[in-house]
Amino acid sequence: MKKVLLHTVMVVIAILTLLPGFWMISASLMPAGEASAYPPPFVPSEITFEHYDTLLTRLGLARYFMNSLILSVSITVISLFFNSMAGYAFAKYRFAGRDKLFRLLVAEMVIPAQVTTLPLFLMLNKLGLVNTYAGVIVTGMATIYGIFLMRQFTLSIPDSLIEAARMDGASEFKIYWSVILPLCRPILVTLAIFTFVGAWSDFFWPLIVLTDDSMYTLPVALAILAGEHVQDTELMMAGAVMTVLPVMLLFIALQRYYIQGIMLGSVKG
Amino acid sequence: MRRAAILFLIPALLPIFLFFFIPALAAFVLSFTDFDIYSLGDFRNARFVGVKNYLQLFEDPLFWKAMGNTFYFVLVGGPLSVAVSLSMALLVNSKLTRFKGLFRPVYFAPVVTTLVAVAVVWRYLYHPRFGLLNYGLSFLGIDPVDWLGDPVWAMPAIILLSVWKGFGYNMIIFIAGLQSIPEELYEAARIDGANAWQQFKGVTLPMLVPTALFVGIITMINNFQLFAEPYVMTQGGPVNSTLSIVLLMYQQGFRWWNLGYSAAIAFVLFAIILAGSLIQAGLQKRTGLSSRT
Repeated sequence: MKKVLLHTVMVVIAILTLLPGFWMISASLMPAGEASAYPPPFVPSEITFEHYDTLLTRLGLARYFMNSLILSVSITVISLFFNSMAGYAFAKYRFAGRDKLFRLLVAEMVIPAQVTTLPLFLMLNKLGLVNTYAGVIVTGMATIYGIFLMRQFTLSIPDSLIEAARMDGASEFKIYWSVILPLCRPILVTLAIFTFVGAWSDFFWPLIVLTDDSMYTLPVALAILAGEHVQDTELMMAGAVMTVLPVMLLFIALQRYYIQGIMLGSVKG
Repeated sequence: MRRAAILFLIPALLPIFLFFFIPALAAFVLSFTDFDIYSLGDFRNARFVGVKNYLQLFEDPLFWKAMGNTFYFVLVGGPLSVAVSLSMALLVNSKLTRFKGLFRPVYFAPVVTTLVAVAVVWRYLYHPRFGLLNYGLSFLGIDPVDWLGDPVWAMPAIILLSVWKGFGYNMIIFIAGLQSIPEELYEAARIDGANAWQQFKGVTLPMLVPTALFVGIITMINNFQLFAEPYVMTQGGPVNSTLSIVLLMYQQGFRWWNLGYSAAIAFVLFAIILAGSLIQAGLQKRTGLSSRT
């Protein structure tokens, strides 16, 4: 009896949780105007892809999609590389001031990113990086959280493995590349998903630094389109689907790593 | 060895220093200047004005409105989100629950969605005439509410969206916390004759305090940065009822180019977040349990 009640509650909450997503997909396939009716329809009377077509051909969403993809992939690859090197250095090398430097870095995590945006904009403006891919990428090349996570993981790798490689005459970079990185695979996958999803969904900074509409990322373009096409419910739902779908598919494929990563981040801080 | 360490650190630390640390310091300096659109072309047009921006800010009713709204979001939305996350973690983690592997990713899915996109979707769910929410409520005999058009309901509507979007994340952290509670504690409580509710109150809750504080801090920091939801759904309206501190900072800085004034807003935000973090960290120390912090 208790068990039935428990599962009923959980199923109802699951349905409510998924409902916005279901309605988004469903409405994106409805003929124009159909979603604006009472009672609101749950399924399209006939399935149409015209809104996706409009977005891709007339409203240039293919371009925004590519911008988002290029930026998210670049940020993920660069930051994974840099964070893992720094995390390794903090975990396995002894040098003066190491722990102080690390503590200083972690303490900086409390600074909200918005604080930096005004001077950063002026700075990138002087450097000619406003409205370029680089202007977005520089803020994501390395993250304190990523360094932190990599350090925690690298600490658990036995020193003897590194020593053995050093005995064999491997260069320091070779040790990092062919001993440390392969062992870090699980955390690298986790961090990669985090970074990619974060970069894909990022809104505040791209909105500021990408001033020309040919450079917009999907979220920026969608926010601006949503202001101009308030009445075009079905069109906007198709835009939302195109924005959400890539990260959702990634999550479905790799959800185990994602959820583990959150637990990892919360266990040791 | 030392040289290798430096070479490994520079690629990560240099961009953080240049594009995070320096701008943060510069923002502090900027907040004491009258940097505006005329200074954009030539920085020499900006002058130091001492604490004038801060004084002006504290006299600006719009700033206090934004502060009030943001605190409303943080103080109502935060605890609500933590409570929902904890309840869901208890449900998912319950011994009676089957198909955990199915429920967990479903509840978690909203976390992975793109905030701007779901804000666009929810704007239609909140539609006073055709929205799904009012339709659902009509079955409970509740009259249509103009969620985003009514100053009383706009912020609760944004809170509801943020709870939906975020509860899965904290739920996972709570599940990790629940799983780390040693089974022996429950056994000991049962031997003492504690019923389920007493076990929850006597074992589960006290053991979860450190986790709850950790979750509380990250939720609070995130919530203070409220921006995309009002930007997309309400533009801060109706009658500024959803104007947040970051939205005000954005408008002052990047719409009106009052960069000095905007930097002062950013620093007030920073000071508040810092104070909030220190208070919660202090609580964490006082609870004496630092196992999962």
